[in-house]
Amino acid sequence: MKTPRTLILSGYGLNCDKETAYCCRLAGGNTVDVVHTSKIIRGEIQLKDYQFLIFIGGFLDGDDLGAGRVGANRFKYGILQRTDLKLHDQLIEFVEADKLILGICNGFQVLVKLGLLPATGNRHNIQEVSITSNANNQFENRWVHLKVNPNSHCIFTRGIPHLYLPVRHGEGRIEGDREEVLKNLLVRNQVPLQYASPENEVTERYPDNPNGSPWGIASMSNQKGNVMGLMPHPEAFHHFTNHPHWTRLTFQGENSEEGEGLSLFKNAYRYLND
Amino acid sequence: MIHRIELTIKPHLSDPHGQKLLQQLKALYSFPIDNVRTLSAYVFQNSANPSTVSELCQSVLADPVLHESRINQFFGDEFDFDWYVEVEYRPGVTDNVGRTAQETFEAWLGNPFAEGEHVHSLRGYFFKGKLIRSDLETITHQFLMNDLIERASIISHSEWPELRENLLSIPEVKLTNPVKVETFCFDSSASLMQFSRERTLSLNFEEAEVILDYFSQPTILEQRKAEGISEEPTDVELEILAQTWSEHCKHKIFNATVDYFNTNTGESETIHSLYKTYVKGSTARIRESMGKDDWCVSVFSDNAGIIRFNDEWNIAMKVETHNSPSALDPYGGALTGIVGVNRDIIGTGMGAEMIFNTNVFCFASPFYDQPLPPKLMHPKRIFEGVRLGVEHGGNKSGIPTVNGAIVFHERFLGKPLVFCGTGGLIPAKINGTASFQKTILPGDLIVMVGGRIGKDGIHGATFSSEALHENSPATAVQIGDPIVQRRMYDFLLEARNQGLYRCITDNGAGGLSSSVGEMAQLSNGCHLELDKAPLKYPGMQPWEIFISEAQERMTVAVPPKHLRAFLALSESMNVESTAMGMFNDSGLLKASYQNQTVAFLDMKFLHDGLPPMNLKAVWTPPDLKEPEFELPGNLTRVLHSLLGRLNICSKERVIRQYDHEVQGGSVIKPLVGVYNDGPSDAAVIRPVLESMEGLAIANGICARYSDIDTYHMMACAIDEAVRNVIAVGGSLEQIAGLDNFCWCDPVESDSNPDGSYKMAQLVRANQSLYELTTLYGVPCISGKDSMKNDYHFGEIRIAIPPTVLFTTVGKIADVRKTITMDVKSPGDRVYLLGETQDEMGASEYYDFLGYLGKNVPCVNGKQAKRRYLKVSKAISEGLLRSCHDCSDGGLAVALAESAFAGGYGMELDVAELFGKSAIRIDKLLFSESQSRFVVTVSSQNSEKFENLFTGNACYYLGDVVENPQLMIKRNGESIVNETIWDLKESWQSTLR
Repeated sequence: MKTPRTLILSGYGLNCDKETAYCCRLAGGNTVDVVHTSKIIRGEIQLKDYQFLIFIGGFLDGDDLGAGRVGANRFKYGILQRTDLKLHDQLIEFVEADKLILGICNGFQVLVKLGLLPATGNRHNIQEVSITSNANNQFENRWVHLKVNPNSHCIFTRGIPHLYLPVRHGEGRIEGDREEVLKNLLVRNQVPLQYASPENEVTERYPDNPNGSPWGIASMSNQKGNVMGLMPHPEAFHHFTNHPHWTRLTFQGENSEEGEGLSLFKNAYRYLND
Repeated sequence: MIHRIELTIKPHLSDPHGQKLLQQLKALYSFPIDNVRTLSAYVFQNSANPSTVSELCQSVLADPVLHESRINQFFGDEFDFDWYVEVEYRPGVTDNVGRTAQETFEAWLGNPFAEGEHVHSLRGYFFKGKLIRSDLETITHQFLMNDLIERASIISHSEWPELRENLLSIPEVKLTNPVKVETFCFDSSASLMQFSRERTLSLNFEEAEVILDYFSQPTILEQRKAEGISEEPTDVELEILAQTWSEHCKHKIFNATVDYFNTNTGESETIHSLYKTYVKGSTARIRESMGKDDWCVSVFSDNAGIIRFNDEWNIAMKVETHNSPSALDPYGGALTGIVGVNRDIIGTGMGAEMIFNTNVFCFASPFYDQPLPPKLMHPKRIFEGVRLGVEHGGNKSGIPTVNGAIVFHERFLGKPLVFCGTGGLIPAKINGTASFQKTILPGDLIVMVGGRIGKDGIHGATFSSEALHENSPATAVQIGDPIVQRRMYDFLLEARNQGLYRCITDNGAGGLSSSVGEMAQLSNGCHLELDKAPLKYPGMQPWEIFISEAQERMTVAVPPKHLRAFLALSESMNVESTAMGMFNDSGLLKASYQNQTVAFLDMKFLHDGLPPMNLKAVWTPPDLKEPEFELPGNLTRVLHSLLGRLNICSKERVIRQYDHEVQGGSVIKPLVGVYNDGPSDAAVIRPVLESMEGLAIANGICARYSDIDTYHMMACAIDEAVRNVIAVGGSLEQIAGLDNFCWCDPVESDSNPDGSYKMAQLVRANQSLYELTTLYGVPCISGKDSMKNDYHFGEIRIAIPPTVLFTTVGKIADVRKTITMDVKSPGDRVYLLGETQDEMGASEYYDFLGYLGKNVPCVNGKQAKRRYLKVSKAISEGLLRSCHDCSDGGLAVALAESAFAGGYGMELDVAELFGKSAIRIDKLLFSESQSRFVVTVSSQNSEKFENLFTGNACYYLGDVVENPQLMIKRNGESIVNETIWDLKESWQSTLR
C-alpha cells in the first residue's frame, strides 16, 4: 500500500484540528490534510483519496440540537453538489474498504448519531445508541483513567495496557433505549475503553467516571475494529508536559517526551503501513 | 401554517437537566416541588404540511434513542402535571438554537424559509407539586429566565385546555415606524443636552457646545449644501458623534487634564492625560531602555498589543471588561464579553489566531442574605450566569481558558466586574509583509463580514459610560453566537492567508460607526452605504444600522481586484459578506441611505474635535488606624477559616467547567499537584506545538487594598501578576503587562460629591503603575478602562472599590524547565523567600476579624527585582522543586496549599523568621507582605540554593515530611498543627 493519506475534517464549530494534525504527523502520518467540511460537500475533496479519516472534537453547530446531531445530519442527508451521490454512502464505502475512522469527543457523537458506531451486524446507517448529557448535567474538563479491553478488535488500542487522558465534554454519557443494547456491546468486545479508578477497576462512580456512563463505557468500536469513537482526547496528550502533574514524574527512555495519547495514532499508521 | 414540534426525554430514561433543576430549586426554595420534566420545542411558520414536518422531526431533530416527539400536538395533553412554564426569547433577541434548527430544516427541506420567517426555540417545564401561582412566578422570574431578554407563560393544569393554543404564537419583530432620517435644530447647548438625555447619547455640556459650533461654521454649511444634506445635524450624525465621543470609546477621563493636589504633602501638579503620562509613558521608557532588544511590536495602537514570540511568530493580547451588560444579563453579557474580546484578536494586525482566554470576575458574596436594592440581581445568580456565559463563549469557540480569578467584595453588589482576555498568535510576516501593519488605500471596499444587523445592543457604548439607573435600556444587551463567529473566523483566516483583504477590524462597541470610523482614518475618508446592510428584520432606521452592536461582525478593507474571490470564498464557507461602500481620501466620513447623504462629517472634527476634559483630583489619605486586639488562642482554627474564605478557597468547580486544554499546548494547568486540584500560580502553554518555547499567563488584582491607598493597590496587583509568572519559571527578561482599570465615577458633580477623591485615587494608581513597571521593565502593551461602575437608585449608592486587573504574559524559553507550586517529596527543604512585615491593612485576616487597618502592603520593588532575577535563575538551573507565591492569607495559607497539593506534610519552625521580623506570630503567619515565595529544594541542591540567595531574605523553615500533617512550631512550641486533608477540606468546601 502507498503512503497512507489522512483527512481531518474541520469547520462548523470543530476545533481540535491543530493538535490532531500534529499528533498524526508525530505518529508517522506523512500526508495529513485539514479540510473544511464544505469542501467535501462541494466535491472538491474526495473521501476515496484517503485511508484515515478523523472526526475531531469541538462543538459542531454549537451542539444546539444535541451533541453532534446537526453534524451527523450533514453527512446523513448531505448530497455531493452537482451529483446524486450521498455522503453517507461514501462513508460506508470507506468503512467497508477496511480504512480507518476515528471519532474523538464530538466526532464520536457524530459517528454514533450517523449509525457508523456501533454498527451492529455491519449496518452502518441506524442509530442504535446515543451520547447525551452527563449525569451531573455539566461540562467538565478532567483527566481520567481508562481500562483497555485486551479482547477488543479495535485497531487503535492494540497492545495498549492503560490510558490516562483528559475528557472535556458536557454530553458524554452513553444511553441505550434498552439495557441489553449496551450489554451486548460489552459482550461483543465493542467497548475498547472504560472509565476506571486509579487502580484500574471499571467504575460508574463520579469523578473517575466523569459522566455516569453505564459500565464506564468511554469508547466504542465497530465489530471489525476499523472504526473507533471515544470521549477522551488522545490528541491532548502528545507530549509529557501535557500530563496534569508531569512536574512530579520522571520520564525516561527513548521516547520519554511522548504522551500516551500518541499510541492510538501510532497504531493507526502501523496498520495502514502494514 | 404554524407548526410546533415538541421533544421530551423518553420516560424510562434519565433526564439530567430536569433532575439538576429539581435539585437546584429545592436548594433555593422551600416550595413543595415533587417533580420537574423538561421539554424543548420549536415553533415556526412554513408551508410544509404536517406529515412533512413529522418526517423532518424524525430525520433531523429527534434522537431515536432519547426522544419522544409530537407535531402540532401537546405533551401537556398527556402528562400528569400541576403547572407548566414555557420560556421563549423576546422578539429580536438572538436565538442560537433556533438559528441552528432553521439551518438544519432548510437543508433537509431543500428550500430556505421565506424572508422574515424564523424557527423559534422554546423551553418548557412541567411541575408536579402543591404549588401556587406565586411560587411559579418566583421560580420563573428568579431562576428560569431573564425578563430582559425572555418572556414566559405560566399555565396551571386547569387553565391548560383554554390557554394551550397561545403557545402557537411566534415572537416576530415588527417595526412599524416609517424609515426616515430626522434633522434637528438646536437653539442652545441646553436643548442639545436635553435631546442627548432623551436619547441616552451621554453628551456633556462642552461636547454639546463643540457640536453646535461645528454646525454653525460657514465653510461647513457650504460644504453640506453642496452635498445636498441639511444644514442641521441629522440623527445619524448625532449618534455617530455620541458613539465616537463616548467615554467607552474615547477614554475621556484618562485623557483629561488633571489638577492633582496632595493635601498630605501640600504638593500640586497638572497632569496632561494620565494615559499618555503614565501608561504610555512607562512603556515608551522601557522600550527605549531595551534598545535593539525591544520585543514590543505594536503597543496601544491596534485592537490588541503585539509582542515578539520568536523569529517567526508574534503574540497578541487584549483584555476587555463587560460589566454593565453582565449586570443586566449575566449570561449574555459575559458570553458577549468573551466573544467580543475574541474579535479584537481576530482583528489585530492582519488578523491573529486565538490561542487562549483568561477571565477574572468580581462579585459580591454568593451567600449575600440582605434585602437586594432595586434592579440588582442576587450575586449568586450573577456568578452562575457569568460562569455559564464564559463557559459557552470559550468552550464553543475552541479556545482554552487558561487563567483567571474570582474576587469577592461586598461593594461588587452594585456592579459586578467581568474581565475577559484573549491571546493571539500571528505570523510575524504574512505574504511577505510585516503582519502588524495596517494600511488602507483609497478605493478599497468596505466589506462587512458575519452576522446580520438588528437592534441588538443599540447604545451599548454610551450606556456603559453611565451608571445603572431606573431607565437603563433593555436593548443594551446582546447575545453572542460563538458558532457563527467561529465560522466567520475560519473564513477570515483562510482569506488572510490567501491575501484577499488589506485591513481588518472588529465591530464591537459602536458597531459600524466605530469600526468604519476608525478604519477610515487610515485612508482619510469613506463613503458607507447604509441601505446595503443585511438586516435581521425590515424597518430599521439608518442611525440604528450605523450604531447597532449586533454581534459576530468584522469589517475588512478589500482591494477591488479581490472582491469577487473574497465574496466567493465567503459564500462557500457559509458566511455572509456584503460590500457596503468604499474608503477614500476625501477627509470626510460620508454615509448615505438610498442615494441620499445622511451623514457628512469632517474626519478631523470627528476624531480630534473633542476638547480634553478638565478634572480635579484631591488626595487626602483616609483617617485610619491599626486595630488592637488579643492574639487568638487557636491559630490552626484561624487558618481553617482563612482557607475557606471566598477570596482564598478553591475555585475548582468553576475551573473544571472551562476547557483549559484544547489546542494541545497545555503545560501548566490551572489545577496542579498529585490530585490535580492544587491552585496553580500561572498557566503555561506552548502556542506553537513544534516548539518548546512557551508563554506564562497570570494576573494580579487587589481591590481590597484600595480602601487604604490605590497607590499600593496598584503596586501589589503588578507585583502579584509578575511574581506569579516568576513562580512557574518566567523571567523579567520578557514579561508584558495589560492594565484594566475599573473605577467608580471620578468626575465630581452635585450627585457625585467625592469625585475629586476618586480621581486622586486614579492618579495615584497611575503613578504607581509608572514607577513599578519601569523598575521591573514590564511594559504595558494594551489596556482599557471602565469608569462608571456605580449604582444609584434613589438614596442608595454603591461604588465599587477602585480595581485594576493587571494581566501578565511572560515568555518561557523552555517549558520543560517550568515548575509547579505543589511540594514534591519528603525530605525536601522548605524556604520562605522575602521579608514579612506588619502589613495587615485590608488583609484577609483583618477582614475576617472585621478590621480594615492602616498598614497596607507596600512593594519594595528594588529588593523584589533582585529576588525575581535569582528565582528565575534557580528555576532555570533546576534548583527548585516547587515554588508558590504568598498572597491572600499570607505565609500560612501558601504553606498549607503547597502541602496539600503535593499530598505531604511539613514540619517547620519559624523561630528564626520570628526573631528577624519582630512581629506578632499571627501577623507573621497571615501578613500579606508582597514579593514573597514559599519554595522547596531537594537536600542535595540546598547548598547551591542557599549560596544563590545569601543576603536576599531567605529563611529555612523546615522539611517536607511523609506524615500528612502541617506542623508549624516556634522554638518547639506548636503554633499550627493539623492534617493537610482537613485543611484541604476547609479550602475546598466553600464553593464546591
